[in-house]
Amino acid sequence: MPERVRVKVNGRELEMPAEASVAAALMSAGVSGLRRSRTGEPRGPVCGMGVCMECRVRVDGRAHQRACQFSCREGMEIECR
Amino acid sequence: MPVKAAAQIVVVGGGPAGLAAAASAAECGKRVLLLDENPLPGGQIWRAKNGTITAEAEGWRQRAQAAGVEWRGGRQAVAAATGQLWLEHAGGVEVAAWEELILATGARELLLPFPGWTLPNCCGAGGLQALVKAGLEIRDKRVLVAGSGPLLMAVAAFLRQQGARVLLIAEQAPAGQVAAAALHLPPAKLRQAWQLRRATRGVPFLAGCWVEAAEGRQQLERVRLRRGVRRWSLECDYLACGFGLTPNSELGQLLGCALTAEAGIAVNRWQQTSVEHIWCAGEAAGIAGVEAAWRSGEIAGYAAAGRQERTAPLLARRDREQQSSQRLLRRLAPRAELRALAQDTTWLCRCEDVTVGEARPYANWREAKLQTRCGMGACQGRICGAAARFLWGWQINAARPPILPARVGTLAQAAPAPSISTEVTV
Ligand SMILES: Cc1cc2nc3c(=O)[nH]c(=O)nc-3n(C[C@H](O)[C@H](O)[C@H](O)COP(=O)(O)OP(=O)(O)OC[C@H]3O[C@@H](n4cnc5c(N)ncnc54)[C@H](O)[C@@H]3O)c2cc1C
Ligand code: FES
Repeated sequence: MPERVRVKVNGRELEMPAEASVAAALMSAGVSGLRRSRTGEPRGPVCGMGVCMECRVRVDGRAHQRACQFSCREGMEIECR
Repeated sequence: MPVKAAAQIVVVGGGPAGLAAAASAAECGKRVLLLDENPLPGGQIWRAKNGTITAEAEGWRQRAQAAGVEWRGGRQAVAAATGQLWLEHAGGVEVAAWEELILATGARELLLPFPGWTLPNCCGAGGLQALVKAGLEIRDKRVLVAGSGPLLMAVAAFLRQQGARVLLIAEQAPAGQVAAAALHLPPAKLRQAWQLRRATRGVPFLAGCWVEAAEGRQQLERVRLRRGVRRWSLECDYLACGFGLTPNSELGQLLGCALTAEAGIAVNRWQQTSVEHIWCAGEAAGIAGVEAAWRSGEIAGYAAAGRQERTAPLLARRDREQQSSQRLLRRLAPRAELRALAQDTTWLCRCEDVTVGEARPYANWREAKLQTRCGMGACQGRICGAAARFLWGWQINAARPPILPARVGTLAQAAPAPSISTEVTV
């Protein structure tokens, strides 16, 4: 069993595999829309490699973090819309 | 700001090309710094699942290490000027000084707009593969693999091996072209293709078939397909859709390097760019596959180290690889019908929400950017620029510093450099 960590997604506690990227973990948990576009549409990860910027979430208060570029950490607070 | 790192040769990008370039240059006795925004070397293809590297990457890493290459992962080059490179990392920013610079920044997927392409769970083909490698649980999910190019089969085989239900592989190129492309593959590649086909046994492969639209409310629910006069819908959980690759040439553009017609960084026989002391290897110079990438990396490494004579046995192999890839890619070129898919209301620029209809009236990319803000958002036109180039033949030569959204701090610290703007685009 891979190591699991507890993170908060929009205030809700979720268990995620520690080695997964935040983008992959959120998608696996059924959260496909990670941000809202300028006109309010849901958008989710596209490129998985840091280029498209569609996976941006707020992490521990820091806005515009690319969720495909870092892994889940115990206690991490993720906000997406 | 103080220079934090200095080397005779700095290599940007630790994929096959960058690893080979760094190892080769260091073996000639040069002090070499190899950096990549990823924490581990390997680039796109040698990225293994869950944060490890593949055996091939490990082999090259060891060779580079034995030669004395200094590796720095987690560092993204965000701006550059003659002799200097600004690197952003988790802790802030540093400047690396170079005498010779080798750009090995690779390529990204070419994504083309169609109605619904911005729905969540519509990913690139390599994109979905990368997400699964990063831990996305794909078992028993229904996936449609579509678009164009040799990557589709590789992605389909990988996804299936990970337990996905791959419903269909839809290659937009006509069946005749696909067959001709296969017939002209060198034996090793043909064997590889055959193995991939066996690994996807039971999954229909339709040539001359493409996605016309993706539909769903909050996320992807179904895809509308077309093949000739036949049109139908397919329910699925994920769409993995990419139209081949396009070079990451932004850093080179920033440094004034000339580009090729295919938007790669133009190089001569020794991988030297139009700007003195700057070299380019791998897919940043043009799409030609992994073997051409590492061979061109070796050539660039030796040549930048001033040992051109060592490149002699490598040139012909590289050229053969490049020519065979180019022939293949010409046969699989995106068909004209794909241009007609983007409606006036289809999003072109995802970052700024600019539609195809809003950008279309302008004469060129520069004007469209100024008037509509397309390409001015967080991705700096990396996605929509390549799409606009395909749709309207626009030349996309507008990289400006920083080439990626840098933190305000990076820019402030970099301020003395003449070419750095202080505009922040996130
Ligand atoms: C998404 C994707 C999936 C692919 N899948 C396959 C496959 O399954 N099979 C196959 O045969 N081929 C595949 N390819 C093609 C294959 O990856 C290439 O042929 C090969 O990797 C090219 O090597 P390279 O060294 O030129 O570039 P890359 O391997 O792309 O390496 C470039 C490196 O540069 C780094 N970089 C870029 N810009 C910067 C910067 N500003 N600062 C710091 N670092 C930077 C990147 O992080 C990357 O690690 C894929 C390509 C992509 C884009
Ligand atoms: S998925 Fe494209 S930047 Fe994260």
